[in-house]
Amino acid sequence: MKNEFIESIDRAVNNSNLTGALGKFSEAYRVNRAKAYEGVDFDELREKIASIKSAAALELDALAELFRENAEARGAKVFRTDEPVEVKEYILRIARENGVKTIVKSKSMATEEIHLNPFLEKAGIVVKETDLGEWIIQLAGQTPSHMVMPAIHMTREEVSDIFSKEVNERLSSDIPKLVKVAREQLRPFFLNADMGISGANIAVAETGTLVLMTNEGNARLVTTLPRIHVAVVGIEKLVRHFKDIVPIIKALPRSATAQLLTSYVSIITGKTPVTNGNEKELHIILMDNHRSDMAADPVFRQAMQCIRCASCLNVCPVFRLVGGHVFGKVYTGGIGTILTAWFDELGKSSDIQGLCIQCGACKDVCPAKIGIPELIMEIRRRLVTKQGLPLVQKALYSVVNNRRLFHSMLRAASIAGGAFASGGFIRHLPFFLSELTDGRSLPAIAKEPFRDRFTRIRQPVCREKAVFYAGCLIDFAYPEMGEAVVKILNSAGIEVIFPEGQTCCGAPAKYAGAYEVAAANAVDNIKALLLPDVSYVVSACPTCTVALQRDFLKTLEAAGKNKWITKAEELAAKSFDFSSLAKKLAESGRLSFSATDTEACVTYHDSCHLKRSLCIHEEPRTLLNLAGYTIQEMSECDTCCGMGGAYSMKLPEISLPMLKRKLANIDNTKAGTAAMDCPGCVLQIRGGFDRERKNITVKHSVELLAERLKE
Amino acid sequence: MYDQFKVKAEAVSADVLRFQTKGEALDFIFRFMREEGLSTYAGESAVWADGNFIEDIDKNVLEAEGIFFGVTAQRAAGARFGICCMDWAIADTGTLAHDSTSFEKRLVSTLPEIHIAILSAKAILPDLQSFIERVSPEKFPFISLITGPSRTADIERVLTIGVHGPRRLVTVFVDELEVNTDEK
Repeated sequence: MKNEFIESIDRAVNNSNLTGALGKFSEAYRVNRAKAYEGVDFDELREKIASIKSAAALELDALAELFRENAEARGAKVFRTDEPVEVKEYILRIARENGVKTIVKSKSMATEEIHLNPFLEKAGIVVKETDLGEWIIQLAGQTPSHMVMPAIHMTREEVSDIFSKEVNERLSSDIPKLVKVAREQLRPFFLNADMGISGANIAVAETGTLVLMTNEGNARLVTTLPRIHVAVVGIEKLVRHFKDIVPIIKALPRSATAQLLTSYVSIITGKTPVTNGNEKELHIILMDNHRSDMAADPVFRQAMQCIRCASCLNVCPVFRLVGGHVFGKVYTGGIGTILTAWFDELGKSSDIQGLCIQCGACKDVCPAKIGIPELIMEIRRRLVTKQGLPLVQKALYSVVNNRRLFHSMLRAASIAGGAFASGGFIRHLPFFLSELTDGRSLPAIAKEPFRDRFTRIRQPVCREKAVFYAGCLIDFAYPEMGEAVVKILNSAGIEVIFPEGQTCCGAPAKYAGAYEVAAANAVDNIKALLLPDVSYVVSACPTCTVALQRDFLKTLEAAGKNKWITKAEELAAKSFDFSSLAKKLAESGRLSFSATDTEACVTYHDSCHLKRSLCIHEEPRTLLNLAGYTIQEMSECDTCCGMGGAYSMKLPEISLPMLKRKLANIDNTKAGTAAMDCPGCVLQIRGGFDRERKNITVKHSVELLAERLKE
Repeated sequence: MYDQFKVKAEAVSADVLRFQTKGEALDFIFRFMREEGLSTYAGESAVWADGNFIEDIDKNVLEAEGIFFGVTAQRAAGARFGICCMDWAIADTGTLAHDSTSFEKRLVSTLPEIHIAILSAKAILPDLQSFIERVSPEKFPFISLITGPSRTADIERVLTIGVHGPRRLVTVFVDELEVNTDEK
């Protein structure tokens, strides 16, 4: 990552106005969004939107022509173009032909995308943004930091300063008064403008209809008052049928601002009359700008389903720390990263794609069912294919691909780490490595890894066998978690086998975009783990489980190692996350806990990969309840702790504030113990509390459960 | 459905009233405007886009009081009250809807500070789906849906009512009024 990029992150996370506003908003949004969707089957609704828009993405050309035919039959002029520069020139030509001096605009991301305003202003035309947020940033000479709330990064004091300059009068920072200033200042422009420019939220091909949704009423005025209306519409807004607008109108305001409906929805079909009895001139520009390329890409086509609600920004734990401007000038957040890679160029996304911690929160709320995290991973993969890995990472992954070397280095680290370790933690590292222990202690590498300890565990004779896949963290940092797993499975009558040949699950390489490396890891693991007479392959690390169940397949496919695919499928079929297997065993009476003796209260942290990739959240809670633990839920229990594997090392500026929020949420429950099912989260959260010198126990569920097994 | 509409519309800061007869509705509207300072002065007048709702009243008398029927953009921008009929209501979102192809209807419902919307109590539909099934864009080139007054939260996410559109939306349902638009 470039220095200036890291600096922009630094500035953002240290801007307390920004993080305060975004933090407050993101907390309120979760609650309000859920309320707005009460009584609505969200999955059914988004299934509808996804199917409407994915079908449209497959027939863009036909829909654009159908739209043109129908809109022109009703008196509109439709101009289709691939090129942003042609959009700008077309608008300027119309303006010149009609003697346009002033233009009023309602919010349009498509025109932000092509930087229309400076172009028209340079030609001597006065252009007024009329959406309050857009007007604020226009006056401030800034760019939008959020698709729906462009000025969310600014305080009322900043707005009052900007407005004071505009009206040449010292204004107070009273928000209703500031809003009134906007109404009064912009009114004359609405009444006198010669042209109105809008975007559109939906374009209906079979009727040539545009749908515009706003809260302020400005789009209504922009499309009503001036004698010329120009709508700039990205072709991803096309749908075939008029009835298709229903699910989109239903979801967009609920997801965007947690409203049941925006104050105004205008459904415009063709030309309409204007005040002096004349017909209004209506121009509709259908803009491509690489959208067709995106639709033609089998992986990225789904990004065409986006309805621009920005809910992926609103729930993103990274966005709420850095805001929009770190992402660039136009589209921000998760979907913004993808749109920038296509509408701008792949290279433009090379820094910002690294901001994604892959927690999956956005995917859960996307009303268009877009797999945003996977698409960002795909950008990463393509960047690595194109540009290669940085040298240091390359060296690192060549080590990871050599299991013996990798494991002997981890053992060596246990000895080297000894100099800095105290009480099971590395609290300070020297020199350039010190950032890693800034705000979080790292676990000391275990003196004896699980693989060595395992050889001494005496197991009872059992009728069933399971392979335990430890993963690097349990094997080399937290062997006691592995011992707990063995103890629990043994008590359920399952003998545990630990194949020595198992190695890194490949997740670090995959999440860095190095699929070749990850695929080599997959092959080593398949060889080691697929044993005869074994009923289950069990992992107590959700990231490893995702690798076993899905990612091995994906990386093998991407790397063209097709002969391993059947075996990967075989392995996936018998791979289990610990908690889902243990819950099954408990339900069938094979696993019992002695829950009676003491009352104990824990709070539970949902790990990203467990909750959102594997959809497991009830199972660990049920198990803890069975073992006699009461769960005191924390606020934002499923928000990422900031670990994200290598993320915490690459972007500690973001990871640490995420961790701090998590620590505070845990602390506020007064539970005294935090349970979770991911050794990575344990590393992050336990290290955080150690650093804060807080006496809160952080444990993997397996440890808590193993303590309460019925003998 | 009226009750559901009322709850949802009031939740987004709209006023909702219901009268049996046209006469009662008109009495309320005039009384309300007078209480809110109706006059012939700029910024205190009213613009009315559907003259036929009050066919049996002498419009000259009303104009003398500050209620104008010849709607222009300048006049609407200078008015405190804008009055027009709506064609439908949508119960589950508290939304009003009308065919606003006529320019005047859009002006009176957007530019003045207070929008008074009149419609038949029989025109309430359950949801957006049933509304969209009922209207055709070919027949109604400019369909408007209005849900509460104009609003913004663009400064510090603080909800503020009344930006470019009205700060108040007064919905007047009339039982005896027939549904006046033949649909599709």
